Amino acid sequence: MQDFPIFPDQASTVAWQVDAIYFTLVALSVFFSIAIAAAITFFAIRYRKGNNVDRSNPMEENTVLELSWSIIPFILAMGVFGWSAVVFITIRTPPVDAVEVYVIGKQWMWHAQHPSGKSEINELHVPVDTPVKLIMTSQDVIHDFFIPAFRVKQDVVPGRYSMLWFEATKPGEYHLFCAEYCGTEHSVMVGTVTVLEQAEYENWIGGDAADEPLAVAGERLFTENGCISCHNGEPGAIGPPIANETIFGETREFEDGTSLTVDEAYIRDSILNPQAHIVAGYAPVMPSFDGQLSEQSLLQLIEYIKTQ
Amino acid sequence: MAVTSPPLDLKGHDQENYLNWAYGVKSWLLTTDHKRIAILYLISVTFFFFLGSLAAFVLRIDLMTPQADLMTSDNYNRSFTIHGVIMVFLFLIPAIPGVFGNFLLPIMIGAKDLAFPKINLGSWYVYIISGMFIIAVVLWGGVDTGWTFYTPYSTTYANSAVVLTVVGVFLVGFSSIMTALNFIVTIHKMRAPGLTWFRLPLFIWAMYATSIIIMLGTPVLSATLILVGLERILGMGIFNPALGGDPVLFQHLFWFYSHPAVYIMVLPAMGVASELITCFSRKRVFGYKFIAMSSMAIALIGFLVWGHHMFVSGQSVYAGIVFSLLTFAVAIPSAIKVFNWTATLYKGTIHLQTPMFYVLGFIGLFTIGGLTGLFLGALATDVHVHDTYFVVAHFHYVMVGATVMAYLGALHFWWPKMTGRMYPEALGILSAVIIFIGFNLTFMPQFIMGYVGMPRRYHVYPDEFQALHVASTLGSTVLGIGYILPLCYLIWSLRFGKEAGPNPWGAVGLEWTTSSPPIHTNFEVTPVVTTEAYDYENLEEEV
Ligand code: HEC
Ligand SMILES: [Cu+2]
Ligand SMILES: [Cu+2]
Repeated sequence: MQDFPIFPDQASTVAWQVDAIYFTLVALSVFFSIAIAAAITFFAIRYRKGNNVDRSNPMEENTVLELSWSIIPFILAMGVFGWSAVVFITIRTPPVDAVEVYVIGKQWMWHAQHPSGKSEINELHVPVDTPVKLIMTSQDVIHDFFIPAFRVKQDVVPGRYSMLWFEATKPGEYHLFCAEYCGTEHSVMVGTVTVLEQAEYENWIGGDAADEPLAVAGERLFTENGCISCHNGEPGAIGPPIANETIFGETREFEDGTSLTVDEAYIRDSILNPQAHIVAGYAPVMPSFDGQLSEQSLLQLIEYIKTQ
Repeated sequence: MAVTSPPLDLKGHDQENYLNWAYGVKSWLLTTDHKRIAILYLISVTFFFFLGSLAAFVLRIDLMTPQADLMTSDNYNRSFTIHGVIMVFLFLIPAIPGVFGNFLLPIMIGAKDLAFPKINLGSWYVYIISGMFIIAVVLWGGVDTGWTFYTPYSTTYANSAVVLTVVGVFLVGFSSIMTALNFIVTIHKMRAPGLTWFRLPLFIWAMYATSIIIMLGTPVLSATLILVGLERILGMGIFNPALGGDPVLFQHLFWFYSHPAVYIMVLPAMGVASELITCFSRKRVFGYKFIAMSSMAIALIGFLVWGHHMFVSGQSVYAGIVFSLLTFAVAIPSAIKVFNWTATLYKGTIHLQTPMFYVLGFIGLFTIGGLTGLFLGALATDVHVHDTYFVVAHFHYVMVGATVMAYLGALHFWWPKMTGRMYPEALGILSAVIIFIGFNLTFMPQFIMGYVGMPRRYHVYPDEFQALHVASTLGSTVLGIGYILPLCYLIWSLRFGKEAGPNPWGAVGLEWTTSSPPIHTNFEVTPVVTTEAYDYENLEEEV
């Protein structure tokens, strides 16, 4: 029993913003609890049986009082709600220039995959003072990526990508927990987030020449799986151009008149369930690759398509 | 409540009453008397309460050290799952409606029984069958999904008795529905002459609101559990993305029921609080209509806030914002109740007896539970404390702190009515105080460790949380003593307690105008109600 922590480290740009709301709520809670406890104690003593005090004209109903103790808490509540919603939007909106890392959760470990090709298990190295965006999915059940010192948490759901971003403000090592119950070893699905100084990080990420960058691995898969034959961009190709063509972030129009922005989820869907959205002007002939590509291969393909 | 009823015949407990009206096991197991069914519920929910507590205590002992020493992780997971399943479905949801709703609802409205006495008995049997399923689960080796059954873990990956559990929970839903249906019809159709809606005791309003939630919400849970069973047994793709399903859909369906279920557990407790506070202040409750209507408001708005359990599930930011807004809105009717109860004490004549101690404890713990709910309703703080011990502490304050306090308050208050005997007053007060202290010692440290970042459902944890876990375990020992104490002296009082007489508290309300224990038909002549509820002003102060 070494220490008795009552407050977590503050190590990200949103940490203090969340804590400010926390302390406001603590203050409000303490105030109302004490006010009610004091009123109850005072009344219980003053009006106790046998104590001879003035009990004439007891109130039974008082609309002004009822309205004021409905409306004042309501206004306070709306204030906290609004403030907290604003911070929430910040927490959920990754900056565009963030460093990206792919994360795959599986029973019971965290697998982080940097675009440089570097990968780690139950560890995550990130640079200080730089926004980092995690693109996460699960290979089996729902997990949850939680870094208390950064005040961020996001479920990691199989079959889809969820995002989590943070900007660490203090070099050091921090707990990484799985916060969504995921079976037997849930409580050891933990790890360490290491925040490095910029220079150290550059060193770390570029340190191992043997790592094959994700996009390169993706390009290999693109050829091996025959994607290239339909997506080579040549006139008359069966599928829309992908190799050497920027499609990430573009808007796609579909045969049924709807449209979408090309993002990770869209690419994933196009590969696993191609009939769901047929790009306008093309025939629905792309075969589904569902069950043939691992989560990791999918991420490599996505990284490849993103970097074209 | 001023009533015209024949003068009481105070021959004491030798008089004919619902307990000595018939003898033998069969007369109990085939009874359709709502009072006897209430006693059957009392015995069964007490059994499950202690079974569920035992599971919790095992967890707390194991958490004294950061390592896994007492048991394997699988057994740890099975223990917290069975703790949750038993406490939620077999204790908290049926406790107050099954015991006090059944016993009191007909008497409080001047009726002879509930509208459908056989359905009422049926509801107890369904409850018992469901309880047997849950016990079978334990004997089978347990279930490890958590009481929340999140998919695709529960449908595909869990290697334990999921189907058996789901069937058990599915069944107990029908038991609730049968009770709720009975209550709604009885309240509508069987009120005594003169007992208008706004003369109803607030406990009845609470039961009415609770019944509506049960009727609207439980079928959704039942359907969801069937889907879990179908996916697990037949491999139908509903929730598992590998089969083309959507795991988050499960959470929407589950919380659509399970958030309102929180109110199924706490509204009855609020109804109890209103009864007890006015009695022990010998004063009409402050803001009757506001309390009654806030129950109804909670019942309705409570259906619109389920998404606050899913702020980090991948739900869109906009959905999160709307759910957060509604969550703050639903907090207001609860706050109104707390203020009204407090104001009731003003210029009352406060009798500090055991039920009053319990109910004041209830207000304290409910206030803390409610206020800490704001940390979870607020989006930014919820992201941090979601799925940590902060949440565990919060819902224990509401569901155990508040609801169990009110349940025990009710038990002491109506014990003389149900059994004809008084419990020992000094021990009663002592137990209320021990429970209040033990409860806070157990769960306060959990708020702190939750904010520090301790995730829930963790068998093994980082060393720095140990001190707080040890504190919590010590508190739970005190709490355990506090719970065992009433069990002992209440049983003792059945034989050795003072005779209570029809109205030991000097309370108003129809249940106090009949003998203790009440006769089989509750009243010799149907009472006629001529005044509002809690008409203490016109009651001469008792000796
Ligand atoms: C038989 C030819 C064919 C093969 C092989 C093929 N695709 Fe396609 N792909 C298409 C066609 C046709 C479309 C457009 C119609 C549609 O949306 O389904 C398409 C659409 C796409 C899109 C959406 C493109 C956009 O611009 O919106 C992506 C992404 C994609 N394919 C990726 C892949 C990947 C990755 C592979 C290999 C694993 C692959 N495809 C293999 C024919 C093919
Ligand atoms: Cu986990
Ligand atoms: Cu809820």
